[in-house]
Amino acid sequence: MLRRTLFGTALAATLAAAGAAQAQQTLKIGVILPYSGQFADLATQLDNGIKLYVQQNGDTVAGRKIEIVRKDVGGIAPDVAKRLAQELVVRDRVDVLAGFALTPNAMAAGDVSEQAKKFMVVMNAATSIITTKSPFMTRTSLTTPQLNDTLGKWVAKNGGKRAFTMASDYGPGHDGEQAFQKAFREAGGEIVGAVRIPVENPDFSAFVQRAKDSGADVVYVWVPGGAQPAALGKALAERGLANTGVKIVGQGELTSEEALKSMGDAGLGIITAFNYDYTHDSAKNRDFVTAYRRAYNRNPDLFSVGGYDGMHVIYEAVKKAAGRTDGQVLIDAVKGMAWESPRGPVSIDAETRDIINTVYIRRVERRNGELVNAEIDRVERVKDPVKAAMR
Amino acid sequence: MTGAVVRPLPDPHAFLARRARWSAPEILFWLSTLLPFWLFPDYLSLASQIAVWALFAISVDLILGYAGIVTLGHAVFFGIGAYTAGLLGKHGWGEPLSGLLIAATAAAAVGFLISFFVVRARHLALLMITIGIVFMAREAANALHWITGGSDGLQGIRIDPVLGRFEFDLWGTTAYGYALAVLFVAFVFCRRLVNSPFGLALQGIRENPTRMLAIGSPMRWRLQQVFTFSAGLAGLAGAVLAQTTETVSLESLGFQRSADVVIMLILGGTGRLYGGILGAVIFLVARDQLSDVNPRYWYFWIGMLLIGVVLFMRDGLLGGLSRLWDRVRGRGA
Repeated sequence: MLRRTLFGTALAATLAAAGAAQAQQTLKIGVILPYSGQFADLATQLDNGIKLYVQQNGDTVAGRKIEIVRKDVGGIAPDVAKRLAQELVVRDRVDVLAGFALTPNAMAAGDVSEQAKKFMVVMNAATSIITTKSPFMTRTSLTTPQLNDTLGKWVAKNGGKRAFTMASDYGPGHDGEQAFQKAFREAGGEIVGAVRIPVENPDFSAFVQRAKDSGADVVYVWVPGGAQPAALGKALAERGLANTGVKIVGQGELTSEEALKSMGDAGLGIITAFNYDYTHDSAKNRDFVTAYRRAYNRNPDLFSVGGYDGMHVIYEAVKKAAGRTDGQVLIDAVKGMAWESPRGPVSIDAETRDIINTVYIRRVERRNGELVNAEIDRVERVKDPVKAAMR
Repeated sequence: MTGAVVRPLPDPHAFLARRARWSAPEILFWLSTLLPFWLFPDYLSLASQIAVWALFAISVDLILGYAGIVTLGHAVFFGIGAYTAGLLGKHGWGEPLSGLLIAATAAAAVGFLISFFVVRARHLALLMITIGIVFMAREAANALHWITGGSDGLQGIRIDPVLGRFEFDLWGTTAYGYALAVLFVAFVFCRRLVNSPFGLALQGIRENPTRMLAIGSPMRWRLQQVFTFSAGLAGLAGAVLAQTTETVSLESLGFQRSADVVIMLILGGTGRLYGGILGAVIFLVARDQLSDVNPRYWYFWIGMLLIGVVLFMRDGLLGGLSRLWDRVRGRGA
């Protein structure tokens, strides 16, 4: 009996020691993404970016082995996201919270990051105020106003005078529309009409007709990806808006790879603002796209780059902190960090901890028989305009 | 009716009293709900959300299992409760218990208004009405984004410590204690309700509405009463979720949530109150464990489980278990 107890104690002691040693060596990253449900493809692309970075840079950083714990949040579900973040912190004892494709989920997990003082990396969700939720949070994707504010100014500067805006009637659509309108007005343009479209909208004819009748020379469009860009393209072609010399402009998702495939020639000439496209011409991006294609047999997109750069930020922060992982040390290590991403040079704003991106202005053109977003201009080092206006 | 032997009816009060008596397994079950505090201290946030779903499932069981009102729109009331509690917390009313009561009352009030439409239809028409209501409510909440925060969710909710002492912590200890207490109190109330003459009248309506009318039961009024009460309970569940997580999103009054709760109820077994609790436990624990194994394809196994239960246990896991128990006892006797 005594021997058994002794053995038990010894075993427990060994396990505890092993556990402690292991805890010292591993760096646990909890990734929360909508792996199932309607946003599953986005999560796959983002997760591929994460995996590719680990594959290329090894799974050990500053003497600590990377261990990724993946959690499925199933869609827009802040209550679940918050619980998962809590569980990652108290049960899995992760050092870093990462992922976050959707705004409400990122906001909810932000509370946990603040409470538990955990370093958190938002790799996609794009609403401006997210990063204000926790002082230990950074972001490696983009903000919606960053793109649309830049677009508004650029369009006004390049001959646009009278704009008509049409945007999906929900959060991201409102953000995009407002940022564009504000910037366009401030740069001397006039908004001659605005319409909000139901989120699940199958037919754009009526809206496109109104845009045409408004006499605008610029039509700004914000619609979610999926089936809508194709429906929009159809309406544009039918109503002959493109032939009247009106410029169609929008945020990059409007002419994503999938969207262009479904839109066909109706997409030609659309001008969009975005932070990444797989056709971006740089050595870094060529290598990235080649490796990505080899590993996953498809082209990377902004989600992939958000995940890839997110891992870069985590790796570099842990290196700089010499393996220490408390939230304050890691977030301090990130402030002002600059690196070359597949999308071009990026950095983390030392004040707001948010991403500073180059915004590319692209026009849909046909090259080698394929529709692509050809870069026609760029605006470098763009900060989030909303947070810039807050101070 | 010649030849029929007329047996004297048993005393109805004794019958109800017998049904209302607490049995040993029931007491054991409720004691076991305290076990997570010691056995699974790492899982208390999950346990608190299970308690919320269980409460929501019970509210649906009252109308679906007892009164026979099919619904795929009950999340409307869950959402109203959640938004009410959330908005109170956002605008300085952080006291949780009064917040709960206000939220439940708001949900019940809306439930009462909607009950006028609901009691006029049955079966498929009823499904259509409830689905329609849930879609309208979701779009309304999206349109009122200056109040609800729209698709970004309601931000800035702050809830005071429960009873001024227990703060909602990262481990979910307070959250579970709080959710469990609300679940238990509501359960006792519902148990009393279904084992009352009112509860019997509901079951009568479910089985044979024409006959209930013939014996003079005010059918529509009874249904309106239970629908209102059930809406209040659903609102209570939503309020608990909003307070314990300090978040509310449009999805809290969406179709998916309405459908999930019905799945849980069918899984556990309708018309038994405990069915909702069991269903919630199984659905959420399975989801938690399966999605850890594979975050992408866990829903496949939930689907298999549901098909299996519906094929082999028509009245849910509890129904199947109780039949099994009867058979074992029958053989033993």
